[in-house]
Amino acid sequence: MSIEVRNLTKRYGDLAVCNNLSLEVADGELVALLGPSGSGKTTLLRIIAGLDVPDAGSVLFHGEDATRTPVRDRNVGFVFQHYALFGHMTVAANIAFGLRVRPRATRPSERAIAAKVAELLELVQLDGLADRHPHQLSGGQRQRVALARALAVEPKLLLLDEPFGALDARVRKELRRWLRRLHDEMHVTSVFVTHDQDEAMEVADRVVVLHQGRIEQQGAPHELCDHPATPFVRQFLGDADLPPTPRRVARFVAG
Amino acid sequence: MAAIAQALDGLAGRDAGPAARPLAPARQAAAGGEPAWVRRTLVGLALAFLALFLFVPLAVVFVQAFAKGLDVYRAALGESDALAALRLTLLAAGISVPLNLVFGVAAAWAIAKFDFRGKSVLLALVDLPFSVSPVIAGLVYMLVFGLQGWCGAWLRDHDVRVVFAVPGIVLATVFVTVPFIARELIPLMQAQGQEQEEAARVLGASGWQILWRVTLPNVKWALLYGVILCNARAMGEFGAVSVVSGHIRGRTDTLPLHIEILYNDYQFAAAFAVASLLAALALVTLVLKLIVERRANASPVPESGHEH
Repeated sequence: MSIEVRNLTKRYGDLAVCNNLSLEVADGELVALLGPSGSGKTTLLRIIAGLDVPDAGSVLFHGEDATRTPVRDRNVGFVFQHYALFGHMTVAANIAFGLRVRPRATRPSERAIAAKVAELLELVQLDGLADRHPHQLSGGQRQRVALARALAVEPKLLLLDEPFGALDARVRKELRRWLRRLHDEMHVTSVFVTHDQDEAMEVADRVVVLHQGRIEQQGAPHELCDHPATPFVRQFLGDADLPPTPRRVARFVAG
Repeated sequence: MAAIAQALDGLAGRDAGPAARPLAPARQAAAGGEPAWVRRTLVGLALAFLALFLFVPLAVVFVQAFAKGLDVYRAALGESDALAALRLTLLAAGISVPLNLVFGVAAAWAIAKFDFRGKSVLLALVDLPFSVSPVIAGLVYMLVFGLQGWCGAWLRDHDVRVVFAVPGIVLATVFVTVPFIARELIPLMQAQGQEQEEAARVLGASGWQILWRVTLPNVKWALLYGVILCNARAMGEFGAVSVVSGHIRGRTDTLPLHIEILYNDYQFAAAFAVASLLAALALVTLVLKLIVERRANASPVPESGHEH
């Protein structure tokens, strides 16, 4: 599903966290919103999800205005930085939650739900942990459960808020490669927020650099690094460590 | 306490000069950070206080209750006025606890999960019964619903009795027990934040589904704890209920009021017999509270999102 954000403004008191922001995300794209804290990236993501309401501007899904669509009708998957798993439920019940709360007419049978849960557990490589509770899992495992839970409702759009921010460096690296592979397989339109330039560069098709509620520059990772448009982008990306290019080139050729 | 101990050690070191210094660490290690006599004195004081002001009176209640033998005890509890008082107490608690359960959850939810104007006013109102004397609460209900009160004439014309009747007793009980459940829930729900609720909302859950499947399961032990305390207070309330009750024996007397009447009639054994019922309730409450606390500590901490 394509997303379009038009002239979005959100203020907290006198501070404009998003200042007349416009952004387009193509169907199947994986976009990173990159910026320092306070740059408005999380607010933008929450507005796209419907968790926050903008003061002005609009959000379009597939060309249709969704600014006033309630969160629960948007069919988005959201992954929180601190996982936000339901602590009193097992891993399986967490993943099944989005299916179980559906109205009876559209709710799958328990057997279908169990099959879906098993499939997702395999996808996130957590088979065998279905009956554990979140507190029995490591951070990386929890975040994968959170991802499986978000994917269970087959969202048209996947939003991730600093998904690896709370993990240690090694798990972080592993998980972001894994997210990239997952996206290559599933092609669900995804937007993720990060303040880590390496993460944005390594995972995303396109990186959007935000600063003080405005977009400083956007483009493919190498474009940004080679031609930073503003001093802020140059400085912010200054110590970015780019991955080798062949994989991306190969993907362009294949596409 | 640690500060006092340190200060004492410091003084000893300074006054006695270098020679005394090597002693200080040794003494500290032996006493686990506090000189032994300080610990013993403090523990002893606390125990003596508890024994004198809590345990002895409780024991006296049971001793006095059985002072004239089991038959008198049974007769006092089996008497029709005592049974009526027991029924009324159970009724008042049976109405006010569920009411406060609903109100407490609603208030805690509103305060912990939403930002709105007048939030601090609501919070202060929830605490009001803790800061106002129950007698005053009773008097306010008299002013509003009493025969000479604001609504008195209207109520009399429509043949509705509030004060000196069961509704007044229930109202007074509800008033004094308002804070118990809400106060138990608010800090916990605030600490848990809204992330789980937001996650549920994005996954398509409705407000009710979020409440039943996410919010309440996360606070169930605190909720139960609040209910237990609320119930204990509802059954034991004296002041507010005393003002609005009118003391009609067999009709508007709750257990605490009945005990007072018996005592004032010099029926000490009977008074203590009925009092032993309330005391037993208190003990049951304590045990339940302990069990709930154990379970709450043993059950996994709900994902609050602050661990790694």
